[in-house]
Amino acid sequence: MAKTKLAKSPWMLHYDGSSCNGCDIEVLACTTPRYDIERFGIINTGDPFQADILLITGGVNFQSESVIKQIYTQMPDPKVVVAVGICACTGGVFKDCYNIKGGIDTVIPVDVYVPGCAARPQAIIDGVVKALEILQQKREAYAAHRRQGKA
Amino acid sequence: MEAQNTIEPITMAEFIPQVLRFKQEGWHVVQICAGRIPEGYELSYSFGRDYDMRTLRLAVAEDETVPSITQAYPGAFLQENEAAELFGVHIVGITQDYRGKLYRIAKETPFKQKG
Amino acid sequence: MAKQSIVPFGPQHPVLPEPVHLDLVLEDEVVVKAVPSIGFVHRGLEKLVETKDYKEYVYIAERVCGICSFGHGMGYCQCLEKIMDIDIPPRAKYLRTIWMEMSRIHSHLLWLGLLADAMGFESLFMQSWKLREEVLDLFDATTGGRVIFSVNCVGGVLKDMDDSMLKRIVDTVTDMEKELRPIAETFLRDYTVGTRLHGLGMLSAEHAKMMGAVGPMLRASGVSYDARKLGYAAYGDLDFEPVTAADGDSFARCEVRIREIFQSIGLIRQAAAKIPAGPIAVPVKGNPNGEHFMRIEQPRGEAIYYVKANGSKFIERFRLRTPTTSNIPPMLEMLKGCQLADVALLILTIDPCISCTER
Repeated sequence: MAKTKLAKSPWMLHYDGSSCNGCDIEVLACTTPRYDIERFGIINTGDPFQADILLITGGVNFQSESVIKQIYTQMPDPKVVVAVGICACTGGVFKDCYNIKGGIDTVIPVDVYVPGCAARPQAIIDGVVKALEILQQKREAYAAHRRQGKA
Repeated sequence: MEAQNTIEPITMAEFIPQVLRFKQEGWHVVQICAGRIPEGYELSYSFGRDYDMRTLRLAVAEDETVPSITQAYPGAFLQENEAAELFGVHIVGITQDYRGKLYRIAKETPFKQKG
Repeated sequence: MAKQSIVPFGPQHPVLPEPVHLDLVLEDEVVVKAVPSIGFVHRGLEKLVETKDYKEYVYIAERVCGICSFGHGMGYCQCLEKIMDIDIPPRAKYLRTIWMEMSRIHSHLLWLGLLADAMGFESLFMQSWKLREEVLDLFDATTGGRVIFSVNCVGGVLKDMDDSMLKRIVDTVTDMEKELRPIAETFLRDYTVGTRLHGLGMLSAEHAKMMGAVGPMLRASGVSYDARKLGYAAYGDLDFEPVTAADGDSFARCEVRIREIFQSIGLIRQAAAKIPAGPIAVPVKGNPNGEHFMRIEQPRGEAIYYVKANGSKFIERFRLRTPTTSNIPPMLEMLKGCQLADVALLILTIDPCISCTER
């Protein structure tokens, strides 16, 4: 059945909000042999139209705001957002900067927060696995909603 | 290795001739930096040749215009645009002038004010 | 004349982990002009120095970039030590050198992986990053962090390494040297890699100098310049020569970085053999007053740190000119005349670090 399969092969998209790069390379490191996030059936894609999970690192600045919103709306429903690193959660050390709005949740809804500076690969994987559960719930709710709509 | 690393004050009249002399002598632009002083801005243009570095220090008033060095050094356009956008220094004649749209920040000239 | 069209490139692009946007003016498939627009990761960190204690700002300076983090912390501290006339203990200098060279190894391996990924050579990407994990383990063991270390302080370093740790570092990098050889061989001998990189993005020595290219990009064009030769930290005591290549194309840039990894391994071995015993930091009293321009060779090239202090605990101006800021103008020159399909690869060969550039 289609509804149980989505969380077994989700595609992941990564975007750098305005981070220092530290969490970005840790996200990439997650896909490499040592940590191997692909064992959860995840494929790292570059195309928002094919992605189910959005991993965002760094806080939001005034220019990346529109890009993040655009990527989010381009992703098909159901979708989950994981904020990776303390900057993505709250703004972190960059919170006082004149060009930082704050965490990712000031722009789009966030499902899972992964703290840390920089977030460790283990923590990122943990966050993604939590996101998979939420994705499954959303998927079921979405399917139920559609059935009701048809009935 | 001991290498030259000096800061030399220069007047506006001597500035462009000195930059052109550097160009002829084979110096390249290392960095351009703006700073705030009570009377206006101070601009530091660092030039390098081999391991030596010489910095020209130019003091400008707040509404004074500064000629761009991009005619001589086209690679300087990014850093000149940055000084113009973040500090509000009036640099004229940049070959690729973004006119305050390099970083596209919400706040205008954030470095101009203290704190 | 062929019809011109403008193709937007980025900010979100599969090849680049960081956001950068280019407007590419094309004639058919050939790029005639590239106009960059940046600012997607601009935070305004230089401004933050006015409201933070100068000793606290070390941690912010490190977070300018997660890849060059150690160098940024070290550059900022060295600049202040110069202004305040502090002579840091020799052991601290050697420790900084070892960590700096480890940073170089991890940064270059990271770049090699991204290059392989950009060419679609996925197994090579995985191999490079697998090897990189070895250095990250050493960072984890010596500093407690994988990408952000926070071991620099004004006046020295915060953590020491004992002899067993130094031995472990030397053993690990020696093993890595063996494992790196087949990977390097693939990059330098493989036919597919060669056809993709040879002759792509030519930059002459004269042009590279005048446009302000730095680091491996400059050295790949045959200019022997490496700011480590200035002798800061312990580099004055160590024996090395800048790695150069003559061709000035993308392949030369790849070759220079690979040879620099081997060079860094050698430097770590030299430093571990020579490291003197003693304290790792000196106490720092008072506030800085003065200004200085500091030059440091980061993995990506020369970076400039400028601090202007006024005698209070808040610094008046901190300026960081990063290698990528300097490498973007020559990159734009290189892009002219290349094929659209090569644009992503060419951008990658300068080893761009956008979060450094925009701060």
